[in-house]
Amino acid sequence: MGAEPLPENSPIISIQGVSKIYNQGKDSRVSALEDIHLDIHSGEFVSLLGPSGCGKSTLLRLIGDLLAPSSGAVLVNGKAAPQARRDRDYGMVFQQATLYDWRTVSKNVQLPLEVMNYPREKREARVQEMLQLVQLEEFSRHYPWQLSGGMQQRVAIARALAFAPAILLMDEPFGALDEMTRERMQMELLHIWEQTKTTVVFVTHSIPEAVFLSSRVVVMSARPGRIMDIIDVDLPRPRVFETREHPHFFEKITEVRECLRREEVKGVNV
Amino acid sequence: MSRVADLAAPVEAELLPAADRRWTERLRRFVPAAIVFVLALVLWEGVVAVFRIEGFLLPKPSVIAATFTREFSVVWPAGLFTMREAVGGFGLGCVLGILVALATARWTVVSEGMLPFAIAVNSTPIVALAPIMNQWFGITNPLGKMSIVAVIVFFPVMINTVRGLTQVDAGALELLRSYAAGAFAVLWKVRLPNALPYMFSAFKVSSTLSVIGAIVSEYFGGSREALGVYISQQAALFHFAEAWSAIIIACLMGIVFYGIILLVERLVMPWHVSLRATEE
Repeated sequence: MGAEPLPENSPIISIQGVSKIYNQGKDSRVSALEDIHLDIHSGEFVSLLGPSGCGKSTLLRLIGDLLAPSSGAVLVNGKAAPQARRDRDYGMVFQQATLYDWRTVSKNVQLPLEVMNYPREKREARVQEMLQLVQLEEFSRHYPWQLSGGMQQRVAIARALAFAPAILLMDEPFGALDEMTRERMQMELLHIWEQTKTTVVFVTHSIPEAVFLSSRVVVMSARPGRIMDIIDVDLPRPRVFETREHPHFFEKITEVRECLRREEVKGVNV
Repeated sequence: MSRVADLAAPVEAELLPAADRRWTERLRRFVPAAIVFVLALVLWEGVVAVFRIEGFLLPKPSVIAATFTREFSVVWPAGLFTMREAVGGFGLGCVLGILVALATARWTVVSEGMLPFAIAVNSTPIVALAPIMNQWFGITNPLGKMSIVAVIVFFPVMINTVRGLTQVDAGALELLRSYAAGAFAVLWKVRLPNALPYMFSAFKVSSTLSVIGAIVSEYFGGSREALGVYISQQAALFHFAEAWSAIIIACLMGIVFYGIILLVERLVMPWHVSLRATEE
């Protein structure tokens, strides 16, 4: 939406020397992120992985302009993040599905389209399409509290994609789900990602989740939040159930884990 | 509220029972209450008879019933007259309460300045103002009673509406921010729907308060057609059966008023009524 053509190979998201300090100038001052540089290319699936307090959620919020950086800049398609938000470049999915209790499933999916003044026919067609994508057509007239946690999260994903944003920002979207549901949701998300070609930035603290989903895993450390390493995951696509049993999958998990461990050894306060 | 974790399960599709089953269920729930009601009447009748309580102190239910049918042509219009005050004041109080709430939620300075006073005033007996209002508007003017009722209704409606407008899930607001939604969309799509349950709980309390307010303010004097005036005059003359007949009318009208609010709630936010049902 509204993106002017850019030179080939230029990143869709460019994070340039971003820092975030909470409670600046007070005793409770916390440096959540320090000098982050990261480029994300169109169509990538990038995970931000790290222990709690490493600022991964903060970084996601900075990208989506739900927070403003203390210094540095976030550019999306060459625009500043606030402009990208106004251009509706972001679809957001949080850990809580945050569906509106007073809206049915289809009305929830329709919410962004109403806000963005889509004409009625287009809205209805889009909602239909999205519910198909997340396989919830039969539940279109249900209320959120009549659905399971996994289904609620699928509605949230459908809602985030309804207006076809260029970037999908996901903050531990499967964190509240049980392991079985979680693995199924990961498969579905990959399926959706492959179909929609959306760029995904995915926050998680689960190493297998990050490895299974991502093309790149950004490993972060806490106090202050910094990027320690970026690990390419070259597991073949499409990733399937058996991918999790692949020796290379375990190698990648080990690589990520050791990267996190190196930092633990370095940090005395663990 | 149970959240079934399994994705594949045809989740709670039969959650809401068929309408007919719901009705028999509801009827069955009324049976104990009906039995208690009948027993209480029988006990009342029996106690008055056995202890030979003077009829002018506590009339038997049978006597009250006879008086009620005889006096119906008087107490019914009196009831309607008083209900007009109650409903008029209720409407006025609700409209003002909601408008002020919208203003306070919009400009936080207003709410910070006003809310403590509103809460303080809300916990004072506003009916005590009745004699003053009677003087202001003239003793027989229904507007005096209406303004008492309006003041009584105003505070709970305003306080609850402010709560509903402001106590919104942070995630719900963040979501709209990510859509770059304007202030009006935030009000219309989140704040108002979020406030509805709060508002209706205020309406329900206020519907009862408004009938009480109207009748009690009539005790301080009012039009001869008014129910409160009728009750206090009959009681002064020891015509307790007549007073009781008027009280029955007041009860019935209060219940109908409350019932109408429940019905409107059901129409305006069916999602909430059934959500509550699953939480029970």
